[in-house]
Amino acid sequence: MSRSHKIFIGFALALLLTTLFFGMIASFAFLYPEVYNKYLPFYQLRPMHVSAALFWIITGATAGILHFKKDVFQAKETTSEKVFIYLWIATVVSIFIFYAFKKFGGREYWEFPPFLGIPILIAWLSLMFGYFQAWTKRTKNPPLYVWQWSTGIVFFLITFLEQNLYQIPWFRQSFLTEITIQWKSNGAMVGAWNQMIYGTALFIMTRILGDESVAISKRAFAFYFIGLTNLMLNWGHHIYNLPATSFIRHTAYAVSMTEWIIFIAICMDFRSKLSEARKFKHLIAHRFMMYAEFWVYLNLFLALLMSIPAINRYTHGTHITVAHAMGATIGINTMILLGSLGYILKVDELHESNRKMILKGLSIAKISLLVFWLALVVAGLLKGYRDVALGMTNFQEMMQPVITSLKVFSFAGISLFAGIAIICWNYFIALKKYHTPPQNILIDSAALKLVKKQKLEQVIEQI
Amino acid sequence: MSVVFALYSFAVYAFSDVQRKNKPSDEVTAGWKTWQEKNCQSCHQLYGLGGYMGPDLTNTASDKGKEYMRSFIRYGTGKMPNFHLNEQEVNELLAFLSWVDKSGRSKVADSLVHWTGSYRISKR
Repeated sequence: MSRSHKIFIGFALALLLTTLFFGMIASFAFLYPEVYNKYLPFYQLRPMHVSAALFWIITGATAGILHFKKDVFQAKETTSEKVFIYLWIATVVSIFIFYAFKKFGGREYWEFPPFLGIPILIAWLSLMFGYFQAWTKRTKNPPLYVWQWSTGIVFFLITFLEQNLYQIPWFRQSFLTEITIQWKSNGAMVGAWNQMIYGTALFIMTRILGDESVAISKRAFAFYFIGLTNLMLNWGHHIYNLPATSFIRHTAYAVSMTEWIIFIAICMDFRSKLSEARKFKHLIAHRFMMYAEFWVYLNLFLALLMSIPAINRYTHGTHITVAHAMGATIGINTMILLGSLGYILKVDELHESNRKMILKGLSIAKISLLVFWLALVVAGLLKGYRDVALGMTNFQEMMQPVITSLKVFSFAGISLFAGIAIICWNYFIALKKYHTPPQNILIDSAALKLVKKQKLEQVIEQI
Repeated sequence: MSVVFALYSFAVYAFSDVQRKNKPSDEVTAGWKTWQEKNCQSCHQLYGLGGYMGPDLTNTASDKGKEYMRSFIRYGTGKMPNFHLNEQEVNELLAFLSWVDKSGRSKVADSLVHWTGSYRISKR
């Protein structure tokens, strides 16, 4: 692994810790704003948390792709990759500096001043250039994970550009158009990074199982097309209540329902997954992947219910939406990414005490996340019921019982942070100890001896 | 698939709001800018989208009135910080929120839920 890749992985892990740290503080700022408003108000903490989460996911996903790409395409690290890595890091750090000075762009997910989108765009184009240059070297019939990575990379660009269409005045002439496009791009962008992450999960599973057939089967490609269709068309569930044209609502509703097929397939695969989990119990990366599967199941069920407009009416704008987002970003994305980074860093080769610590961290995170998620679901149900069924109009009164659930959520957030921090700490140890494969070391040391010998001969000659 | 996506995207851009009757004035645009620069959406929602700390403000202009909102924006509360906005900025922000209010209702009434589970939201 090159130095820049090591830095990039370290940066991704630092972003994960930043996400959880600011999330934890923000949850208390939400509960006790009077205390925080003077120094660190919620409106400043939330973008720090959200942006760190977003960049952790994208950084973690691309770190995996850049690493595994070498194996899949037999391609070396390119200059464009380095441009991507360093420009990306510099931009993300700059964004946090702007937040520290309360300079915002005020858009959901992308809360930084819009001009910072320019270096992000340049960095992404550099990544695309390097990736597709390597792809052309691959012969025919690429496995599914290559399609998933490519889909994710391309759709990130499309949705990122779409997210910035509001800079053109025409798109701001109607509030409904503006908000529709904003959530079209936000929704599809989640689908884009999911493609990158699921591609990595599939790649690792093929390596662990030693079986490439799962990545070329017709069934796998069929599920990919369902995922792709949903990426393109199901984002409408974010804006069901918007009085925009009805075809967006009906299309999103119909397309979302195709995900029941995936849900049923997961249920049917449950037994075989369970025996697979027992077989590879000793592998840390596999444990993370299996745990993510559990969250796919739970979160998909919640998402399917929320995609029915009549139910969405109660859940929209409540903490159930947050539960869905947290379940997806922590339960699925973070777990797969930790599995992926653990696989890259060879955490299974760490000292037994480190391995035990990682598994302990995972156990803490598992329990905390479930409590955390359930507290959000309860908070959402309470708010939805009081708002829609009881028709309460006084916001403070409506939120009164919700606050108790959010206190449980905040305390679960502390232990979640602790659990993930333990894992990250040991990953940093693995990153520090990481060594390149033995054959490279032999080549490197042989080359070094040759250079030394030549230099020595030159010195003798001069004397 | 790419063609379907491109066509669908075009349809969304062009027809998501076919009426386009309610165009923003300069005052509304300035208020929109303030809304973004002060990161109001991190605590408040419009059409249920945004933060969860404060109330959804989509229809507050018609439900509670401009003067009610003015006092909150001008001085803040125990929970909401005072952003020290001047009179002009407050007026612009109020103009923006009134403009949003005119775009439709955030809450979907019982009568608009169709037996298929979808909504029947027609023209404003």
